[in-house]
Amino acid sequence: MIGRRAALLLAALPFGALAGDADLANAIRDQVGDGAPEERGIVLRAPATAENGGQVPITVIVDSPQTAALHVAAIHVFATRNPTPGVASFRLTPALARAEIQTRIRLAENQAIVVVAQMSDGSLRRASAEVRVAAGGCV
Amino acid sequence: MNAPRIRAPRTARPGEIVEIRTLIEHPMETGLRHDSGRTVPRDLINRMILRVNGETVLSAEFRNGTSANPYHVFFLRIERTSELDFVWTNEAGRSARGNARIVVA
Repeated sequence: MIGRRAALLLAALPFGALAGDADLANAIRDQVGDGAPEERGIVLRAPATAENGGQVPITVIVDSPQTAALHVAAIHVFATRNPTPGVASFRLTPALARAEIQTRIRLAENQAIVVVAQMSDGSLRRASAEVRVAAGGCV
Repeated sequence: MNAPRIRAPRTARPGEIVEIRTLIEHPMETGLRHDSGRTVPRDLINRMILRVNGETVLSAEFRNGTSANPYHVFFLRIERTSELDFVWTNEAGRSARGNARIVVA
């Protein structure tokens, strides 16, 4: 019993989670620098439960007029609990009539997807979505 | 690399917003996966570029979390007859191309 309790205590310690959070923060900083994103202006669609973690469909839609004056310059996608957080970066131009990208991503386990959008005026936006993964994708 | 598949309309009205779908068959091996006790070597497409009439309108960088057989959907505004030229490149520098033409009558 004592051994089991110790294992449960170990499982509750946040060291692993902290390492993951640092990796995520570094991955985001590598792409967009140190700016503080606003939590608005992005619709991130992902299934609440993914049957196959190897092919999880997501849709990112940023509220943007897509004009020369103001458009989405980049959309960055991160996975918070994969072995490495990087998923993809998309560099957009006003020729993309909508700031919308649909793709399929890998998720190794239950986790949050984080999306950061860089606007052409330099402002940042962020959104996240939790996905339960029934069968983890081979990452 | 296998030939990509591109779905785009053949014609559009001036200013019309059209949906473009792309898929390229590729295992997107991260180098982290094991099969029968061996590590499967890394083999990843890390770039996709779309040029329309010679101008880059969308580029993407793919990392470990992009699924095998990368699939993308996005929306272009078409003002005039457009030649779409896609290039996918892997980390070894090999590339695959795909084309589509959208005629504005």
